[in-house]
Amino acid sequence: MSRPVRFNITPIEANISDAVSVAEAPDGYAGEGFFTTKLSDVVGLARKNSLWPLPFATSCCGIEFMATMASHYDLARFGAERVGFSPRQCDLLMVMGTISKKMGPVLRQVYLQMAEPRWVISVGACACSGGIFDTYSVLQGIDQVIPVDVYVPGCPPRPEAILDGFMKVQELVGQESIRRRNSDQYKALMNSYGIE
Amino acid sequence: MALTNEHVQQRLSEKFGAIVSNFEEPYGMLSFEVEKDQNLKVLQFLHDEADLGFQFLTDLCAVNYPDQIGRELAVVYHLHNLKDNLRIRFKVFAPVAQPDVFTATKLYSAANWMERETYDFFGVNFVGHPNLKRILNVDEMDYFPLRKEFPLEDQTRIDKDDQMFGRG
Amino acid sequence: MTEHHQHHIKLPEGSIEKQTTTLNMGPTHPATHGVFQNIMELDGERIVSAEQTVGYIHRAFEKLAERRPLNQVTPITDRLNYCSSPINNIGWHLTCEKLLSVQTPKRVDYLRIIIMELARIADHLICNSIMGVDTGAYTGFMYIMQYRELIYEIYEEVCGSRLTTNIGRIGGFERDFSNTAFTKLEKFLKEYPAALRELENLFTRNRIFMDRTIGAGPISAERALNYGFTGPNLRAAGVDYDVRVHTPYSSYEDFDFKVPVGTTGDSYDRFLVRNGEMWESLSIINQAYQKIQGFKGTDADVYHADVPEYYLPKKEDVYTKMEALIWHFKIVMGEVEMPKGEVYSAVEGGNGELGFYLISDGGRTPFRLHFRRPSFIYYQAYSELVVGGMLSDAIVVMSSLNLIAGELDA
Repeated sequence: MSRPVRFNITPIEANISDAVSVAEAPDGYAGEGFFTTKLSDVVGLARKNSLWPLPFATSCCGIEFMATMASHYDLARFGAERVGFSPRQCDLLMVMGTISKKMGPVLRQVYLQMAEPRWVISVGACACSGGIFDTYSVLQGIDQVIPVDVYVPGCPPRPEAILDGFMKVQELVGQESIRRRNSDQYKALMNSYGIE
Repeated sequence: MALTNEHVQQRLSEKFGAIVSNFEEPYGMLSFEVEKDQNLKVLQFLHDEADLGFQFLTDLCAVNYPDQIGRELAVVYHLHNLKDNLRIRFKVFAPVAQPDVFTATKLYSAANWMERETYDFFGVNFVGHPNLKRILNVDEMDYFPLRKEFPLEDQTRIDKDDQMFGRG
Repeated sequence: MTEHHQHHIKLPEGSIEKQTTTLNMGPTHPATHGVFQNIMELDGERIVSAEQTVGYIHRAFEKLAERRPLNQVTPITDRLNYCSSPINNIGWHLTCEKLLSVQTPKRVDYLRIIIMELARIADHLICNSIMGVDTGAYTGFMYIMQYRELIYEIYEEVCGSRLTTNIGRIGGFERDFSNTAFTKLEKFLKEYPAALRELENLFTRNRIFMDRTIGAGPISAERALNYGFTGPNLRAAGVDYDVRVHTPYSSYEDFDFKVPVGTTGDSYDRFLVRNGEMWESLSIINQAYQKIQGFKGTDADVYHADVPEYYLPKKEDVYTKMEALIWHFKIVMGEVEMPKGEVYSAVEGGNGELGFYLISDGGRTPFRLHFRRPSFIYYQAYSELVVGGMLSDAIVVMSSLNLIAGELDA
């Protein structure tokens, strides 16, 4: 399109002087030609700004995700440019929509196929807790089958809410210790879900 | 001359006599009852006759009337004559002890999945169906959920308190 | 069903290799179509057989509706075809109004038509642009989603929510359309035709798109009717059955619009039919908007019919009059009793005839509510459409059919 589409009936001119944001360097000790910091900080910084999501979109929240990915709300500016559908290649499992009991094993299998480190964000009321569907066929929340890192409520959540959830995942990723995945606490969490 | 409810009713009564009964017109749609074993004959008649021509199966579903002993499950057919723009509905009642109804899949391919859904929800056994198995629920389910006797909620869930929902 | 397929691979006698490969195009697959599964037998690239499994998002709407009074069923109808939820909502309200024998004023009908046609445009936009994405053309989708955002903003002005709208009430709307809503509608009507023309330019005479979609998944009119197809998929096969013309509801008979019809019923025809319908929807919205601006005096303020048992009374009345207080209480607690009866009512949804079969036994909730879901009915024909074709054609056929998982499983 050749001209920008504005729909606010009283549009405000955009201030683009700081449109490009630079990721802040982590705390560290700098000198002439060198910079030292914690490994987990650097690794966290790299990971959080280039998360590759796996959109597990089942229903209405999936359409809001499509709106989030589209140009208006643009998930790509957070580094999630490449959404993949192959579990081995993705870091973040975004479960969007109702998961029924028939779909539960499929979801679990996709989660198991993902390689560590992996995070899970549960988008929408149905994925968080079953939502309005308190019925015999709907799983009352995906945390019955897989561990979840961030929950985004809403039915469906606005794209801004999905982006907020994504930013919270980015915080988690940036601060994660590199020993977390081998720790006893994590192993206990996995065992509670029956995952080795 | 446009097709009217009276004409359809008259033709059906002439041809089938007592097999079709209980003609009503709720909200303008002709609605009648057919004996369980004659449903295919009535469907074929409505499909083939030149002046009737109900060649579009709009919907096939079932209803559970737990209070009508011996006629608990009703299979409802909605037909539509696209040329003359007339819709009719007829019901076939079956007892829950032996809910066998002949399948309409040879006449209407649309009935295939609609009958599977009806079997899945109510347990109506469609005799002659090419692939009668559950379609929407998990295959291992051993009851028919939409019958009135079964509850809506999953009784094994632990995170929702029935007392708080007014169902305790 | 199909003629005997000639296998292209000649394997030596006693070979343990299979002639065909089983491919599970499983419930999670790219391009956010929704969850349904296809198990296909492939001979190289050619599909020998396909079997569909649905039910991965079965949410038991029909049983859920037996628990909820009429007002509370509207949010679950939203989630049927969630790309065009206002059509589902208004279809449900029309069913309730038929049961209760309520006559809505003309202005309400015209406002409903505007909302329904906007929803139809939103639905067809997704389908057509995703057809582009599935054939590899991501650009059209990215550009046209901006215009879907404009439609969402209009919904937000009217009912407060973007996608699952729960728009309207039995008898009309919950509030009159504000001036901002009409301003946004005018802007949309001014800016959208140029965008639609640009989307057409990208796809309609694009050599690659035409080669991918022409001949992919054709169906004849007789088979389509036998399978119970309705909506754009049936019109692409050549049958001009449109519920808006056949059994007009909500004053559609006052409008002048054409119904686009295809010839072969293949994916290209389905794309063109949806495209044509978007132009017709724009024309209908323009006509409706003109008509609404023509209302004068008290007619220009009416936004709901008089249905005291189901439409919440004004707050001033609730605080001062006894009857209004009683009605308010009964409606909010869901204790209003419906008249006994059986009604079947259909609207033209984004995918075809969306029917509601409601049986009421005089209680506060429906005795039985059944949704006649067009996607569920025409997905049966998918194996007949793709067998004999190639795997890439199967993908294009799936996206051209506009299968919405919420409507498949309900």
